Amino acid sequence: MTSSGDDRAIRTNGLTRTFGAFTAVDHITFDVKPGEVFGFLGANGAGKTTAIRMLTGLLTPSSGEAWVAGHDVYRESELIKRDIGYMSQRFSLYDDLTVRENIRLYGGIYDLTRDQIRDRTERILSRLGLSDTAHDAVGALPLGWKQKLALSVALLHEPRIVFLDEPTSGVDPITRRQFWELIYEAAHAGTTVLVTTHYMDEAEYCDRISIMVAGRIAALGSPAELKRDAGASSIDEVFVRLVRPELAGGGGPAQ
Amino acid sequence: MSALFGLLRKEAYHILRDRRTLAVLIFMPVVQVMLFGFSIRTDVRDVRLVIVDPTPDATTLEIRNRFAAGGVFRIVGVSRTEEPLEPLFRTDSAQVGLVFEAGFGRHLAAGDPAQLLVITDATEPNTGTSRQFYVSAVIQQYESDLALRSGAVRITPQVRSRFNPTRESTNLFVPGLMAMVLTIIAALMTALSLTREKETGTMEALLVSPLRPWQIIVGKVAPYLAIGFLATLAVLLVARVVFRVPMEGSLVLLLGEGTLFILVALSLGILVSARTSSQRVAMLAAMMGTMLPTQMLSGFIFPLESMPRPLQWISIIVPARWFVFIARGIMLKGVGLAYLWRETLVLAAMTLVLLVASVRSFRVRLQ
Repeated sequence: MTSSGDDRAIRTNGLTRTFGAFTAVDHITFDVKPGEVFGFLGANGAGKTTAIRMLTGLLTPSSGEAWVAGHDVYRESELIKRDIGYMSQRFSLYDDLTVRENIRLYGGIYDLTRDQIRDRTERILSRLGLSDTAHDAVGALPLGWKQKLALSVALLHEPRIVFLDEPTSGVDPITRRQFWELIYEAAHAGTTVLVTTHYMDEAEYCDRISIMVAGRIAALGSPAELKRDAGASSIDEVFVRLVRPELAGGGGPAQ
Repeated sequence: MSALFGLLRKEAYHILRDRRTLAVLIFMPVVQVMLFGFSIRTDVRDVRLVIVDPTPDATTLEIRNRFAAGGVFRIVGVSRTEEPLEPLFRTDSAQVGLVFEAGFGRHLAAGDPAQLLVITDATEPNTGTSRQFYVSAVIQQYESDLALRSGAVRITPQVRSRFNPTRESTNLFVPGLMAMVLTIIAALMTALSLTREKETGTMEALLVSPLRPWQIIVGKVAPYLAIGFLATLAVLLVARVVFRVPMEGSLVLLLGEGTLFILVALSLGILVSARTSSQRVAMLAAMMGTMLPTQMLSGFIFPLESMPRPLQWISIIVPARWFVFIARGIMLKGVGLAYLWRETLVLAAMTLVLLVASVRSFRVRLQ
């Protein structure tokens, strides 16, 4: 009964996490298809990060079911770890190591061979235009470069699924665009992407999005579907209606 | 295994690139030994001695030679009368005056009581008392040697026991200092380096990777085990070369016990980091929880015997107390495991309990 039974990249059923009396994630059920770019939207504290932490094996669920890459999150978290990449909302590279050393470190952690590490390092450096700064400490790079490098490192071992937790916060719009180009490249190569964001324009780039409100999934579908269902012109509007219904009428023309 | 090697290399880079911290870690043990060795000592050396000898003969010359040879006293003047004594004391040129009575050697040879006056500058009462003690120790040593040679019985037996020709306080503080340095390096630095990874978010990246918790822990702490080991060697080397602290027992045994103690301190560092999330808190917790007890309750500075009972009981759970006892036994008394097995067992048990607890606390954090 608990077998994944299909090829979906992520599948959850009533996944819940409580901290004492507080329910951070409240019976969320969704699935993500391979190669899909799936967006997690929500206000701060809506439960996005808690959900990601359960799916990546950092946190044990309180109840419900979930499979990641076909592996059960309760019993097979070690198998999950080999199949996923992760980039936290905080920067996850080492400032005092050089670009090359960071790549080599994570390559080693994910058991890549020496040749694989060398080839992929060159690929990343030329793709990001970092060849000239490969021997500089990562701490000296501008934030946008760091974030792009962090994403490339999260994809280094070619995981089936990559989890990106607010990867673009604090980054300028140009760099965010470049960042999303990298995300699309990964998706085209077959990697499933689960990304959380609070930039509404980024939500439009996703194949499908789920909007979380107070630990629950309040809406789920493609950006076009959500706008159509809500009769809204932008995801921003959909979001505000779901999160703050009392504000929805105030700003624009009355509905 | 290559993953673990990568982690170790990365940690080595962290340490080597943080030049200031590295310099502190390397020079701190040496500076500490020097400081403690030169300034915080209670013993007596280089005492300026003036001798008044109205009737020099073979006996008084031999006694004078003994003072000159001991290394504690430096004879700054010899006179036949007491007149020069007063100005020498006033100008601090003399700290101790040794006045033989006229005919000292003759009286002694005849078996009569021979009078000897010891005058000490007592502006610093404690030092003055120590100097007096050293003077009488030299005299008593001479008396006892004489008794052996001539068979005469004029010596009270409790005399010669405490004379310590080496610098006793230096010998006593080196083991405690080792405990202190190892606590700073192993407990404090480990706690800091682990919480730094939490602060920067890199710990999460490690935790979602296929690395096992034990690999992460070993990767983080093994470099500090190495540094702690080097620091131990540095302390011992400086203590040996500069202060001639003895090494009566087995160096290998001492290093083994030192490694045991480093493991205890590393575990404490991991425990601290598991319960704190910022480097600032970790620093305070490590200082209060590990360094302070090591300094106060190990017998390093304050003798345990003179502490109130409750503090003595508390000291039982301070790992440094056991390590200091073991290290002193090995270095100063030359005893081995046959004598120290109980203390070693206590230390080993503490290591085991704390290691298990720290790895568990690290696991719990994953939940």
